[in-house]
Amino acid sequence: MPEPNMYRYDEFDAQFVAERVAQFRGQVARRLTGELTEDQFKPLRLMNGLYLQLHAYMLRIAVPYGTLSSRQMRKLAHIARQYDRGFGHFTTRQNLQFNWIRLVDVPDILSELASVEMHCIQTSGNCVRNITADQFAGATPEEIEDPRPLAEIIRQWSSLHPEFVFLARKFKIAVGAAAHDRAALQWHDMAVQVVKNQAGRAGYKVTAGGGMGRTPYIAHVMREFVERADILAYLEAVLRVYNQDSRRDNIHKQRIKILINTIGVEEMRRRVDIEFDEIKRAGTLQLPQAELDRITAYFAAPKFETLPDAMPKGDADFEAWKKTNIHRHKAPGHAIATISLKAIGQVPGDASADQMDAIAELMDEYSLGEIRVTHEQNLVLPHVRQRDLPTIFARLKAIDLATPNAGLITDIIACPGLDYCDLANARSIPIAQSIARKFADLDRQHDIGELKIKISGCINACGHHHAGHIGILGVDKKGVEFYQLQLGGSGAEDASIGDILGPAFGEHEIADAVERVVTVYLKERNAGERFLDTYRRLGMAPFKAAAYQEKAAA
Amino acid sequence: MAAPVSHMLTANRLKDGDVLYWKSGGWVLRLAEGDVFAEEKAAEAALASAQADVTGNKVVAPYLFEVRLENGVIRPVKEREIIRAAGPTIRPDTGKQAAASPAMAGEVPVAALADAKGGGGRNA
Amino acid sequence: MTKLLKGGAFAADAFAPVADDAPLPDGGAVVSLSRFEKERENLLARNAPLGVRLKSDENPMRLGDDVHRLSLVVLEFPKFRDGRAFSWARMLRTRFGFKGEIRAVGDFLYDQINYQHRVGFDAWEVPDDFKLEDFARALTEMTNVYQPSTDGKKTIRELRAAR
Repeated sequence: MPEPNMYRYDEFDAQFVAERVAQFRGQVARRLTGELTEDQFKPLRLMNGLYLQLHAYMLRIAVPYGTLSSRQMRKLAHIARQYDRGFGHFTTRQNLQFNWIRLVDVPDILSELASVEMHCIQTSGNCVRNITADQFAGATPEEIEDPRPLAEIIRQWSSLHPEFVFLARKFKIAVGAAAHDRAALQWHDMAVQVVKNQAGRAGYKVTAGGGMGRTPYIAHVMREFVERADILAYLEAVLRVYNQDSRRDNIHKQRIKILINTIGVEEMRRRVDIEFDEIKRAGTLQLPQAELDRITAYFAAPKFETLPDAMPKGDADFEAWKKTNIHRHKAPGHAIATISLKAIGQVPGDASADQMDAIAELMDEYSLGEIRVTHEQNLVLPHVRQRDLPTIFARLKAIDLATPNAGLITDIIACPGLDYCDLANARSIPIAQSIARKFADLDRQHDIGELKIKISGCINACGHHHAGHIGILGVDKKGVEFYQLQLGGSGAEDASIGDILGPAFGEHEIADAVERVVTVYLKERNAGERFLDTYRRLGMAPFKAAAYQEKAAA
Repeated sequence: MAAPVSHMLTANRLKDGDVLYWKSGGWVLRLAEGDVFAEEKAAEAALASAQADVTGNKVVAPYLFEVRLENGVIRPVKEREIIRAAGPTIRPDTGKQAAASPAMAGEVPVAALADAKGGGGRNA
Repeated sequence: MTKLLKGGAFAADAFAPVADDAPLPDGGAVVSLSRFEKERENLLARNAPLGVRLKSDENPMRLGDDVHRLSLVVLEFPKFRDGRAFSWARMLRTRFGFKGEIRAVGDFLYDQINYQHRVGFDAWEVPDDFKLEDFARALTEMTNVYQPSTDGKKTIRELRAAR
């Protein structure tokens, strides 16, 4: 079995996770005897990723910067079979969730995860969450460098950070290193982008204050250039100001986006700089180049075979899949292959245990044992040989994972919604399915081109609807599910917040409304324009008119 | 005109998260078997009794929810409770709705509490 | 009721809490920040140990250099979710170099004690039935740490470099 080039636990990491498992085992025991009340236990179980949802406990497993080995994928398949209902859900933060977990099994599940260097630490709770990154990291020719070594360093620094485990709210950090933002950096509480200064020296641009939810915001630039050695000091400074100065009186006003937009980015920078200077002077958080090099070595580029660029051709199905699901790799003769978890009519982001095992085989045979999870709920084989693509495609087809729709209208992000989630107001998955069925025709999909639909079942926006080219928010109107339409959002480097179109649509109206909106685009677009571009050029008016015309014409 | 609203009492079992419904001082898995309270006072009394199972670390988060009699069947008013009782609508092979699930066996209730049962209307 | 945990043992409390409108006792006294700000001269002139109690939204910067004339700072946890005092303790130890007692009071979890200890708390107002072995366990459940803090504990990075 090939071992991918990714971070590997040493004895310290292994001990950390093992002790954390023992600690949680003790906490579960104390909960069952009542020594801990539910109120006291809840923050503890949340910080180990355990929610109580609509049907059962839900366990969220950390997949740091979306990177998994085949050994880990097989373990996830095993856990799905042994402890759950035989499937898992890949999330909008590159993690994996199981929906049917029993509290009494969790310590054993955590033990099993620890055996493959995995855990559930800080995947929930008011603390720093999973560090996410570009799913093409280490494979794309676009990046300045692989962002994952820095993501790993941030992960370690933020793990059970004693000052920041009881923040005002959750804190999400993303890392990128390419101009094309595949990690939605500007929608994060804080993000780090690898950049080069005038002198050509690499450093970090730090942004903060992005966020979804009730009040969406695009992030502000906190610093254009932070020296490599100073990055942890700067991040700690931002977190310190947030922990000290955020409101604690109104749960809807406690994300860092609210703080920055209340006091203004200039004042935020001023406060952060005070802390930053102090931390730097103390010197304890400086990141030596040797340490950065040491961590970077774990992610060293594999020895790619020397191959000529020669993209194979195949039948119409294969060609369609190539068109959307294959991206350029930095090594000639290689490719990045996206596995869509959005088969028409299936649950977005779900994979069965059998599929996971089959994927693990593909990882071993064709991708140097490695896979990535994307925040759009798909998977990516980062290092495949072009000549293997037809075989990979055939193998994926056999397990219903060859849908050629990456980035197209049926590649929909949907949160679990009211089918699973205790917080939801409406179901989101059936809406995704109905839209996908409506647009199933592949020729039509290709004609429409890039169109990102994102659906959330409540205002918490786990489906990222604010960043959808078409965003849909499920709401509850007098006990009936309704769906609000937003247009023009983006999660890429051209980040923007979608505009609410108007009154919400009923469950059986929303897919038709989406179709009418798409029809406007097809009619009005200029050559080369995506849906998003046409919307930005024309504004809301023609789309709004079309969306509501049926109601008027009725 | 809609049938009058009654209430039922639900909670999650602490150790495994199973959704439970109050019945005669105990808990069952199937909504159809749970007590229906036509009177608010009886509902509140059951909720109060259920607190013992909270402090006894058997269940978490008990709460009352609205149900109506529709076509001879007790049905929750809210979509959320319908889904909670049955399982995810998009995976009919999972949850309580999955007919072959051993979890459908239900539980033997502990000794009934005197005033826990509400008025009739359940088995019309 | 509560008892004081300090230096790894249960201890007598050398400080009497004093309400804003109550007369000051002869010995150690703890007053609110607002009282301290109003009666600073008199309080500091007393020939007895003085403590100030901060609410979770009261930044120790308001004490300024006066903090060095205090023997005790009490930091409140109104709800365990309110984690501001973790930063206040760190600030007192690191920015001010405060060497006196930093005491945690209010609604905090046993499971927060380790984090509190790391950021500079050295005393805890705990429930009467709190067991000493729980305190010892809290501090040893996680052997190693990834990030530096006020406690000066060697980080995993430093341990790696040392091997």
